[in-house]
Amino acid sequence: MTSRSHIRIPSSAKAGEIIEVKTMFTHPMETGLRKASDGTAIPRDIINRVECTYLGQTVFVAELQPAVSANPYLTFFLRATESGRLDFTWIADDGNVSRDSAELTVA
Amino acid sequence: MNDTSRMAVTRRRFIVAGGGAAVALTCLTVTGGSAWATPAEMEEAINTLIGGVSPRAGRIRLKAPPIAEDGNVVPLTVSVDSAMTAEDHVRKIHILTEENPWPRACTFLLGPQNGRAEVSTRVRLIKGQSVVALAEMNDGSVYRATAAIKVTVGGCGG
Repeated sequence: MTSRSHIRIPSSAKAGEIIEVKTMFTHPMETGLRKASDGTAIPRDIINRVECTYLGQTVFVAELQPAVSANPYLTFFLRATESGRLDFTWIADDGNVSRDSAELTVA
Repeated sequence: MNDTSRMAVTRRRFIVAGGGAAVALTCLTVTGGSAWATPAEMEEAINTLIGGVSPRAGRIRLKAPPIAEDGNVVPLTVSVDSAMTAEDHVRKIHILTEENPWPRACTFLLGPQNGRAEVSTRVRLIKGQSVVALAEMNDGSVYRATAAIKVTVGGCGG
């Protein structure tokens, strides 16, 4: 199965360097405003929160509303301090929690 | 996908994934009722968010296309002039829209660990309208930027 999550970070960074982190998660971000072809309302179903921790500390949180496009794409910056893992969590309306991670090497 | 293969995701593959996502987007069709909010409702939402602080101009930039061909995928970048130190940093960035069904689009929580106060995302705009970015600083001050965006194909003929 293809992963629903994509994380892009530099393969390595110098200590103190500020790196760009890009993520995308495959999800329809159903607004709750659309109707199916038979006229019934399609219930709201979005990723409402994305969290990133680095070395066990929360470094970035995004709270999303239905206005965020399908397949939510987010970028932010992070100061690389030491080698370690970036852990991402995507939380959906239905309580479903998806996780993925990336290793950052700090030389 | 393990961490090793994650690192092997090339820039091209990442971009292709994003492009495919855009193609797969469905329309934002409003199903009756009060279709969209008003600029006044957005100002109310801003007041609720920042608790009566008067936002200032400057320090914050909202980069957006003046004309968005597809209202389903409008790229936005918000950046704030801040050293992102313990003494001076951005705590939150909010994005709101004047005339979408709901005023709030997203909120980002940041801190000194980010080093640079810049975030990007993609939003839906049901029609051409103004988009507002707010930066809440650690000293309680708030900065505001606005971008007017025309939408060629708003969420499905909007």
